[in-house]
Amino acid sequence: MKALTLLSAAAVLLALPAAAQTETPRRGGVLNWAIAAEPPTYDCHATGTFAVMQRVAPHYSTLMKFEPGNYPNIVGDLAESWTVSPDSLTYTFKLRPNVKFHDGSVLTSADLKATYDRIINPPDGVISNRQSSFVKVASVETPDPQTVVFKMKEVDASMMTNFASPWNCVYSAAKLKQDPNFPAKNVMGTGPFKFVEHVAGSHWRGERFEDYFRKGHPYLDGFRAVTMSSSAMTNALAGRQVDAEFRGFSPTERDRIVRALGKDAKVQESSWLLHMIVTFNTEKKPFDDPRVRRALSLAIDRWGGSASLSKISSLGVPGGLVRPGSEWSASPKEMEQWPGYGRDMAANRAEARRLLKEAGQENLTLTLMDRNIAPYVTAGIFVIDQWRQIGVKAEHQQVELASWYSLQNSGQFEAFIDSFTQFSDDPSNVLYKYASYDRSPVAVHRATDRELDALFDEQARTADKAKRIALVRRFEKRLFEQAYSVPLLWWQRIVVMNDRVQGWTMSPTHMIYQDLGDVWLAEK
Amino acid sequence: MTAIDQNAGAPTVARRRQPNPVLAFIRFQPLGAAGLLVILIMAAAAIFADVIAPYDPEAIDFMAMLTAPSWEHPFGTDAFGRDIMTRIIYGARTALTIGFVSSFVGCSLGAIIGVSSAYFGGRVDLTIQRFIDILLSYPIIVLALVVVAVVGRQPIAGIDINLILAIAIPIIPRVARVVRSAALAIRAMPYVDAARAGGYSDAHIIFRHLLPNVLAPYLIMLTAYVAQAILLEASLSFLGLGVSEPKPAWGLMLSGDSSNFYQEAPWMIIFPGVAISLTVFAFNLFGDSLRDWLDPKFKT
Repeated sequence: MKALTLLSAAAVLLALPAAAQTETPRRGGVLNWAIAAEPPTYDCHATGTFAVMQRVAPHYSTLMKFEPGNYPNIVGDLAESWTVSPDSLTYTFKLRPNVKFHDGSVLTSADLKATYDRIINPPDGVISNRQSSFVKVASVETPDPQTVVFKMKEVDASMMTNFASPWNCVYSAAKLKQDPNFPAKNVMGTGPFKFVEHVAGSHWRGERFEDYFRKGHPYLDGFRAVTMSSSAMTNALAGRQVDAEFRGFSPTERDRIVRALGKDAKVQESSWLLHMIVTFNTEKKPFDDPRVRRALSLAIDRWGGSASLSKISSLGVPGGLVRPGSEWSASPKEMEQWPGYGRDMAANRAEARRLLKEAGQENLTLTLMDRNIAPYVTAGIFVIDQWRQIGVKAEHQQVELASWYSLQNSGQFEAFIDSFTQFSDDPSNVLYKYASYDRSPVAVHRATDRELDALFDEQARTADKAKRIALVRRFEKRLFEQAYSVPLLWWQRIVVMNDRVQGWTMSPTHMIYQDLGDVWLAEK
Repeated sequence: MTAIDQNAGAPTVARRRQPNPVLAFIRFQPLGAAGLLVILIMAAAAIFADVIAPYDPEAIDFMAMLTAPSWEHPFGTDAFGRDIMTRIIYGARTALTIGFVSSFVGCSLGAIIGVSSAYFGGRVDLTIQRFIDILLSYPIIVLALVVVAVVGRQPIAGIDINLILAIAIPIIPRVARVVRSAALAIRAMPYVDAARAGGYSDAHIIFRHLLPNVLAPYLIMLTAYVAQAILLEASLSFLGLGVSEPKPAWGLMLSGDSSNFYQEAPWMIIFPGVAISLTVFAFNLFGDSLRDWLDPKFKT
């Protein structure tokens, strides 16, 4: 383990590409990068998987975006300037002039209206995953071809973050008029790269869009995203068959690649806006009893687990419902006051046994549904071991991704290893996962809790940051008392690439900074 | 000294002492006996795992993560600090249970189908054999993968019934084909004709007269397919389709974290690999020897 730690330290040192960043970007070259999983659709609006986002991001633009290298600051992408009315009920955006789609047509405010109308009120047969983020929008108006105005029904403190969402790819109004589902099967935007081809199971290719609105960008002639399994990725990067992978590796995979690439390895590490959760089915006995759920949460040694599991997997630090270390997060001292986060595990487990006894569940057995890949399996093994220590026996049911979704959505589980990721730390984005099931389809604990919903709504309309943070703390306290779904550990993001890849920005989420407009290949 | 024959004048009957069959097997089939010894040791480990294993096979010990072999952990520990020797001992229980049950189910159904096919003959035989041809056209691991993917998992009392089925189904056509050829010869025997003339039912003739007479090839295949079944279980578990973590299973111990840590902790793959190889080798040795022992042609 000592050798591993030293290697990891060396890898982190390699992650300081200060000298390279002062170099002048070089034009040309094709970036080969690896990606796991096939895209189920090409439509940004209809999905939440990185398998779509990382492939289509180079082809599209959004109204606003997170500033590269300065997360979570928001800057314009298609918007050249913008104003927010003093009552926060009107957002006015001026668009950049002469932005072209890949088919040569010029982007106007009509394209923005068509795009946002599709998200807010999807036509029949169109799936909109981000509809709930825009429920407070009253109308989208286009006073002239370069201006788009959003009128709000009520204040939403998350609106600017929502406008910067990478999922709101701007589509051509003309194409949507011909076929509202055009983006599900075609890729045509205003991004830095034109779509060339997608060969399922093999690769996705893009080439430079010469009329891209950021003059001089992109630097690359094109890119080729090669589809491969996670294990193949490590070997491909170590063997220099690909130059990058943008989602993340485990510490051991990082060490293997660094060993193979030597000084050509570039490692960038960050906390990750992705966390592992244990979710209980509150519609099934005995998980309808908060004492049972709370006991199962109390049994888990998050601090001890973090210290060890972070050495062998992508799992990292304990945290609440918002990313630890972010501006919205509780401090470790505050966390220790939550049920299941206290450091005295003997006391936690004694309390857990007492709760189980009180609930008449001293010999509880259950099935823990899980995905069959790392680090889900690691998390499952850990949780089962923790539950054994309070006398709870769990059967580990590992399933494929499709079954994992199907079982959780149909409620055919008792407890499962869940996960959640978002594109930003904004509380509305992340607390949404824990609201009532009738308001949030991703709240698969299937509980209804109006107290949580009221706290969610209140924080969403609170512009004052300090007050909003206090509301987030109250939301967390309520959730940990009820324990419908409880966070296990947050992930650590470890991106390893060949040092010749320059201009890419690391962030706590693998959903942003993927348009590759600033990426270039150094001569080696 | 002259021996006096007490029975002088009476007809002489050669009375050779029958040798102890176990000792005779050890003497004439030493490799098979060695295989049997390994099997017995494995079986004892599986049965008495709770007594002989030094640790709990599923207990995580983060203080002992990736510990090299030592007196405390003779086979080292894995990425969760679990004792590998303990997991191999408990893994014997998984391997032998699934191996024996799968082989027994597969061989028994295969024997019944093979004997029935031979006994009825004609269109029944033709139909069954063509169906068996189809099943035989799939490699054993591919057929098992298809079955496990279609039927999913059904753990009952810690044993995945569907996994046993997935391993047993590819065994059925292979055994049926061999047993059919043996049963074809038996079907032509006069005592079968006599039973038929006596008005016995088909089921009676199959179960009372045919099946007992194919016992020798059945036993040989039962032993041989235990090895195949153990290997299949290990392969399916390695591919993530067999036994689930944290249950100890040899194939499973070779997958997952082992593939990440095999360079830093080679003991994670060496010892489960040795356990699989040794057990399969032992069953194959024993199966081959049993075949030689039971086959009159080999005896001569």
